[in-house]
Amino acid sequence: MTQQLILYPLFLQMAISIILMFGWSRIRFQKIFSIFGSTLSVILAIVLFNYIWQNGTQTIQAGNWEAPFGITFVADSLAATLVLLTAISGLAVSIFSAGSVLRDRLRFGYFPIFHFLLLGLNGAFLTGDIFNLYVWFEIIIISSFVLITIGGEKAQLEGAVKYFTLNILASMIFLTAIAVLYGITGSLNMADLAGQVAAVENRGLVQITAVLFLIGFGIKAGVFPLYFWLPASYHTPPFAVSAIFGGLLTKVGVYALIRVFTLIFVNEPFLNNIIMVIAILTLVSGGIGALVQNNMRKVFSYLIICHIGYMIAGIGMFTEIAIAGAIFYLIHDIIVKTNLFMLSGVVYRITGTNSMRDLGGIYAKYPKISLLLFIPLFSLVGIPPLSGFWPKINLIKAGFFGENYITVAAIIFASFITLVIIAKMWAEVFWKDAKEMPERKYFGYYHKMTNLKRSQFIVPVAMLSIVSLYIGFGAEHIQELSARIADELVNSEGYIEAVLKTKN
Amino acid sequence: MRTTIILKTASNYLLPVLLVFSIFILLRGHYLPGGGFVGGLIASIAFILHSFANGLEKTKELLIVHPGFLLPVGLAISFMAGLAPVIFFDMPFMTGLWSHDTVAILGSVGSALFFDIGVYLVVNGVTLTIIFTISESA
Repeated sequence: MTQQLILYPLFLQMAISIILMFGWSRIRFQKIFSIFGSTLSVILAIVLFNYIWQNGTQTIQAGNWEAPFGITFVADSLAATLVLLTAISGLAVSIFSAGSVLRDRLRFGYFPIFHFLLLGLNGAFLTGDIFNLYVWFEIIIISSFVLITIGGEKAQLEGAVKYFTLNILASMIFLTAIAVLYGITGSLNMADLAGQVAAVENRGLVQITAVLFLIGFGIKAGVFPLYFWLPASYHTPPFAVSAIFGGLLTKVGVYALIRVFTLIFVNEPFLNNIIMVIAILTLVSGGIGALVQNNMRKVFSYLIICHIGYMIAGIGMFTEIAIAGAIFYLIHDIIVKTNLFMLSGVVYRITGTNSMRDLGGIYAKYPKISLLLFIPLFSLVGIPPLSGFWPKINLIKAGFFGENYITVAAIIFASFITLVIIAKMWAEVFWKDAKEMPERKYFGYYHKMTNLKRSQFIVPVAMLSIVSLYIGFGAEHIQELSARIADELVNSEGYIEAVLKTKN
Repeated sequence: MRTTIILKTASNYLLPVLLVFSIFILLRGHYLPGGGFVGGLIASIAFILHSFANGLEKTKELLIVHPGFLLPVGLAISFMAGLAPVIFFDMPFMTGLWSHDTVAILGSVGSALFFDIGVYLVVNGVTLTIIFTISESA
């Protein structure tokens, strides 16, 4: 049974959403069961992570068909880590949804779809087959379409149209790229592809295919010229939905980029240069975009783009230390970004608005909550002991070793601009004197809530803040983990052997 | 909605014929064209035709359960069909299990059949839910 362990996260999420569908209209049951199931999935993810940490990469062939013909599921350290992070964010957002999402939305199957989204995320991280990866991407985007449109407000639908159009486009480009790749090599198994692609003589064709993948995943990850859908749509759905989107959806794109460009398309200086340029432009443009925004969620949306640049830069430099930095940043970013969108939800409930011009005085009214919210905000900036600081060391170090001084400059620029933005936000939202706001009549203000409801807002934020603090103060462990993942990624023979069982 | 007597009479005969045909398509689907998806679509066409001829309310009475309920049931059946080898034989997810003895008419029965039955129900449920919702709001 232990070998099947890597599929258990998928089984669990699937089972949760089926059971939730049976209780379609029983909202109380759905809330309790979703939180219970998410807790189980965290425990399961910890068990899986622990198992992978001790025993190395594990694989399983779905349907018992041999690789490279069947669909392989592979859990290496990267996949196990991401499954764990998904489970943690999933639990936090599940609790947050129970408190913050309106009853009218929950009645239309919010929770079952939410768990389908988590299923898709877990599947995307665990699969070792590139077409299967596409299928998981489809599950993710279909679930996310439902989540982004559920409720049907006008602004929501407007954002959803942009989100939908570009993501479908990305899927089509991704599918085309798979078709071309299959045409060249006749295989879809990623480990098998690694060997096949390296043997192809027509390098031009391989590079073009790689660029197609780069565009497809790039749209999903929100890199430089392809990110416009992201700030246009992430501020429209309920806060819980933007939290899971902001935390995990773009990261799946980054994960796919990391996987494809460390396993299949390697040793292509041409590609690495393109990725570097994209990373630099993403860092700069995302940061500048965030500078001029007024809506808190829009600021965070642009910061997502800006910080995707760090990870892409890590892939572009393609040294072990750079990839370790990118992975560390990925770990830090999933937790922090999920938390930031929940934070904006808390601020919204306290004041009734998210516009930074109208906000203010939260520190005077709720000093304890403000201090709690201080943690994710300044983790994002990376004030030294907090979590955003450590991965940048790796990245800057890698930049100096590789003499990529422009990249180093862009990384430092993006860090400063993040600092400016967050300091401005802190001053505007928390320190500035409160403005008189007209009381909204039917709005569930924080000060009117029951204690249970309040805890559903504060507990998830506190939980992820603790994880962030751990990433910051226990940086040594995370660094060890990132170094191990980077080692596995750069020396991909281990992955290939585990899948194809070449060494017995 | 005004319907002709021809459609009304025909639909009474077509409903059982189409349902039997959908099950035929479902069962032949393992090696030949067909399967749960097409079967489910044909079954939903049967009910949609019935609703056009006799009105939505009559079809709902005929169905007893809300078609939306078929989604979790079908998903659960398919999921269990995939999970059976994991639980009982410790083989990977979705491994095909086949009975040694053949069953009359059906031939050899395997877990793939139950997977397809699940798909059949899900497709049927989704199609009917969509069509019913649209015709209710129209």
